[in-house]
Amino acid sequence: MAQATSPPEVVKEDARTRRGYSSDAAGLGSLRAGAFVAPALLLIAAFLVFPALWVLYLGLTNYRLTGAAAAEPEFVGLANLLDAVFNPTFWNSTWLTVQFVLGSAVIGQVVLGFTIAWLLRDRAGPLKRLVEGLVILAWILPSAVVSFLWVALLDRDGGTLNALLGIPGFPWLLDHPMLSIIVFNTWRGTAFSMMLYGAALGNVPPSHLESARLAGASGWQQLRDVVFPHIRGHILTNLLLISLWTFNDFSPFLLTAGGPDGRSEVLAVHVYKVALQSGELGYGAAVSTIILLINLVVAVFYLRLLRSKK
Amino acid sequence: MAVRKRSLGVVAVLAAAGLGLAACGQSSGGGEGEAIELTITQNAIKGGKNAAGATFIEDWVIPKFEAAQKAKGKDVTVKFVPSGVDDEQYKTKLSLDLKSGKGADVMDIDGIWAGEFAEAGYIKPLSELIGPEADSWDGWSQIPEAVQGMAEFNGKKYALPVGTDGRVLYFNKTLFQKAGLPADWQPKSWQEILDAGTKLKSAGVPVPIQINAGTAMGEATSMQGVLPLLAGAGGEVQQDGKWTGASQPLKDALGLYQKIYGGGLGDPKLQQEAKGRDKSFQQFADGKVGILMEGDYFWRGVVNPKDGVAKMADRDQVVGYAMIPAMEPGKGVRGQDFVSMSGGALRTVNPNSEHPKEAFELLTFTLSPEALKEETKDGNVRVTPRTDVNKEILAGEPLLTFISEKVLPVTAYRPPVAVYPQVSVALQEATAAVVGGTAPDQAAADYQKKLEGIVGGAGNIAS
Repeated sequence: MAQATSPPEVVKEDARTRRGYSSDAAGLGSLRAGAFVAPALLLIAAFLVFPALWVLYLGLTNYRLTGAAAAEPEFVGLANLLDAVFNPTFWNSTWLTVQFVLGSAVIGQVVLGFTIAWLLRDRAGPLKRLVEGLVILAWILPSAVVSFLWVALLDRDGGTLNALLGIPGFPWLLDHPMLSIIVFNTWRGTAFSMMLYGAALGNVPPSHLESARLAGASGWQQLRDVVFPHIRGHILTNLLLISLWTFNDFSPFLLTAGGPDGRSEVLAVHVYKVALQSGELGYGAAVSTIILLINLVVAVFYLRLLRSKK
Repeated sequence: MAVRKRSLGVVAVLAAAGLGLAACGQSSGGGEGEAIELTITQNAIKGGKNAAGATFIEDWVIPKFEAAQKAKGKDVTVKFVPSGVDDEQYKTKLSLDLKSGKGADVMDIDGIWAGEFAEAGYIKPLSELIGPEADSWDGWSQIPEAVQGMAEFNGKKYALPVGTDGRVLYFNKTLFQKAGLPADWQPKSWQEILDAGTKLKSAGVPVPIQINAGTAMGEATSMQGVLPLLAGAGGEVQQDGKWTGASQPLKDALGLYQKIYGGGLGDPKLQQEAKGRDKSFQQFADGKVGILMEGDYFWRGVVNPKDGVAKMADRDQVVGYAMIPAMEPGKGVRGQDFVSMSGGALRTVNPNSEHPKEAFELLTFTLSPEALKEETKDGNVRVTPRTDVNKEILAGEPLLTFISEKVLPVTAYRPPVAVYPQVSVALQEATAAVVGGTAPDQAAADYQKKLEGIVGGAGNIAS
């Protein structure tokens, strides 16, 4: 994963071009090269571009799950988008989503993942395997199973956590819904960051660390001046991926169902509620369009950081 | 049987080998008919939601129906598709199934969904789907007009009604005695309800009157609150295709809320609590509520001494019930003295079914007198759609007899159209505003404004 998402090295091809060969690396010519990528492009068009365009179109209609508008939707222009922009519920969800991404992905998963990777970097043996195994287990279990376990953990009346803390009846999911899903998602997603940083740390030349130590650098100075510059690309790639994943994550619904009173209704849950529970597919598609735009902005932001030289 | 099994096996092998033609020839040529598979779904599951209903379908309907079909020489197998979720989620699942051309052959829907499903083309008129058998079903003659109306949309029958219910005023006879009120209380106007409330209050009853309000109680506020009051003031939420805006009946209904909750005759906080309705049940069972407006579910499922959620061991002696009066005699909807609201489930055939005729047979089988009697035995009595069955099973049930004989003839139904749920929420918000201190006229005007946004402009609202 780390290799695949790292920035590709720029290949210099000037010499070949000048000698009149095809400009592409494989020497196929644009026609044959096109034929090779056509199947992939067709799949992307069918399963990515077309649905995205379809959502854009649905967002401009009053399409509904039931009723007359389900049989014959009408074109309503930008009305849905304007509704969303002026709807406080939408902004509430957006703000909750920002909290969710910052809290569970940017702070929770990255910090925890890096810490585990850093602490385990020079170790071998059963302890490392055990810790990694447990962290990865949290990541690979199906969401339905995991959220059921967490509901059992946090339940008000018979929950394990309340039994351990000796405070029966404390409603974690009702009184602290955002904290609950942020901790949940940190626990759930840390494995990816841990593995990515683990691989990245392996690429830091030991000799550089050695020289830093000889020069009397403290642990933090080693991290700041030797390690971070080396794994900068990995950090940004990791942030990009987990920010987008977390932004679109639906599993909080399995813990709190967006409640109580919408206090944990992140955007993915908001779309589900308006589009499928209230049946307003058109409005839901418009909100999805806005989410798509936010995702694009986030992606462009990270990619620009990634491309800019130190 | 063994022979048929073997031949089926042969067919399967041939089909698996890709010899589709051979399989086709066999099944269409066979005189004894092919194997038919039907599915039936409800929001019910053994050991969970509506467990009694699921058990009835799986353990009684399916074996009996399969046996009856076999006796006719048909090889029919039926599968029950259980579900145990919130009604809204069940509705989403059904809508998505139907939208994608799938779903169970026979399915239960809430009566209030019929309009939006029909408008979307998810369900079809039975006469188009099944043919003349649908209209000539012998059960129709046993089902009252009003109950049939629940299954109709634009004058066509889309389903068979599964049952119905009605709303009444429950009161605590012990508290009434303390306040010097009669045990056979039957108010004839809203003023008499308020007078009784005042007497209960001075007799020290903490919550003299509980009429649901606010959004936390959801549809219970509409069905057991604002809609019966609206009907009592001579209004309907929708009349002749036009929605009722800030009309006089709505202002009157909201005015009664103001008199109750502004005048100390009810508990306004209870209307805002997340579990307010459950709490009102518990308070009634504890003898703290004098008068409560509720459906027959309250009698069957809440204060039921056997398995209610707020059991009252002395229910039959203590709990009285009366019809909901109009604002004044003759002022109710259709000029009635008394009013009520009703709802109920429907059972219909999926237009995507490959065997609609057999599915309809299964459907009518579940609503045959024998099936309904089996379903409602052992304490599961409810008002079934059939008068012949009701006469028999309701005999020992005074409240349900009262509902079916006195209340159902004067009851009203919600408009079965797609936007109703949104209108209902707006009505609940209007009651919440009044309970919170807003003047009824202002709350009615705010409601009209919201209504215009929901139903598509002032042109759809009666002036």
